Amino acid sequence: MPPPTLLATHLTRTFGPRRAVAGVSIELNPGDCLALFGPNGAGKTTLLRLFGGLLKPTSGTASIDGIPLPGGPQVRAKVGLLSHHTMLYPPLTARENVEFSARLYGVTNPRQAAHAALSTLGALDYADTSVQSLSRGMQQRVSIARAIVHTPSIVLADEPFTGLDASGAAALSAVFTQLRDSGATLIIVTHNLDEALSLCTHAAIMRRGRFARLDTAPIPRLAEYTALYKELSVDAA
Amino acid sequence: MPHNISAPPPEQYALSRPTYTPPGVLRSALIIARKDIQVELRTRSTIFSALTFAVLALAISFFAWDPTAVGPTDLAPGVLWVIFTFSGLLSLHRSFGGEQPTRAADALIAAPIEQEGVFLGKALANLVFIAAIQIVTVPAAALLYNVSMGPIALPLAAIVLAAAIGLVAVGTLFSAMAVTTRLAELLLPLLALPFFVPIVICAAQATSKLLAGRPAADVNGYLRLLVTFDIVAVVVCTLTYPSLIEQ
Repeated sequence: MPPPTLLATHLTRTFGPRRAVAGVSIELNPGDCLALFGPNGAGKTTLLRLFGGLLKPTSGTASIDGIPLPGGPQVRAKVGLLSHHTMLYPPLTARENVEFSARLYGVTNPRQAAHAALSTLGALDYADTSVQSLSRGMQQRVSIARAIVHTPSIVLADEPFTGLDASGAAALSAVFTQLRDSGATLIIVTHNLDEALSLCTHAAIMRRGRFARLDTAPIPRLAEYTALYKELSVDAA
Repeated sequence: MPHNISAPPPEQYALSRPTYTPPGVLRSALIIARKDIQVELRTRSTIFSALTFAVLALAISFFAWDPTAVGPTDLAPGVLWVIFTFSGLLSLHRSFGGEQPTRAADALIAAPIEQEGVFLGKALANLVFIAAIQIVTVPAAALLYNVSMGPIALPLAAIVLAAAIGLVAVGTLFSAMAVTTRLAELLLPLLALPFFVPIVICAAQATSKLLAGRPAADVNGYLRLLVTFDIVAVVVCTLTYPSLIEQ
């Protein structure tokens, strides 16, 4: 039986005296999608950076596809990183940006892979347009193409809905659904409960570095979950 | 913009994902250098600002120059190396600074490559930019100050290149260090200039001797010193960069 895509046990990260992440444990398998909510400073981004192998845990263990974190290049090759910052080069075209990423990940045919990723995201019509000329929503699609061009096992998205209008957010949700259904594991850090709850299989509310609440499917309905979220967030504040 | 999403090709994104071999240090350095040069060719912002500075500085020093008080071969080396130093700082700042607004550097950190490759790629692109500035500035200085650089072209090119490698290695590291601070443009010269001093002194002395008509063998000592500095700077800065990124 293959190992879980992500397995974290008592994961802790401190910065000086402050515990940003305090004993988080979770298991996610292919096709799982975790929506991670919480007030600012709850430790969501730090947890995401730990899962991405960009930070070393102070204690506890985590692994991606059975490889212990932080793990170096071997683990980073399995991760697709996404945030509300596009991480793109605005003067370059969408195609050049995605090809550049493909080359960094050692993808065998970067041109073909970039073409396929842009096609999947419905951004092929804009492939030869410089990123700085694209709308925010289209830039975010190119950014997702950049993040998935190497077909990662797990996609880590840090507030990907920020700055998108309702139509852009809906399009992004459609892309995430597509990724989840095709077998990728997703972790989405967001304040957008509506979009995230509609596609997640797991939902967690973080508070002071811990999971104050972790739900697996069936996730409570939006109204109920919003009330829970407010209650826990107010309590944290 | 349309928001319809096409169906994913199942063979492209499936559970049985392909395994790729990420590029090694040198290959990733070349990929990053190529990308930086490609970005610069689109914007021309680094080269344009550095060249504007270089040409203006040359013109100002020329018009402020009293040829009866100082000979051209005494003045030109100092002017050239002041220009190389400060125009170099301009381009070095943009090396990482240009990636800040979209946090593109985060994607480089997240990529499955050794971070030494990122440093070498950035440094290589910076070397190309600084060399381009030097290629324009040296003939312009020769023209303005009416000094013949033809006979000393080869040893002068060796000195200029050796000094540029040292400036770029140190400058790229400090550019990465300063970029995340609020006073990056102030901090970079403050950090880098003390380390530039030995390189610039050596290079200016060697240039002065060459322009004065001394034989090329007279500058061998300076060249050896610059090459030694280059080796130490490139090795130390390349090995330091990954731990800097981890911070």
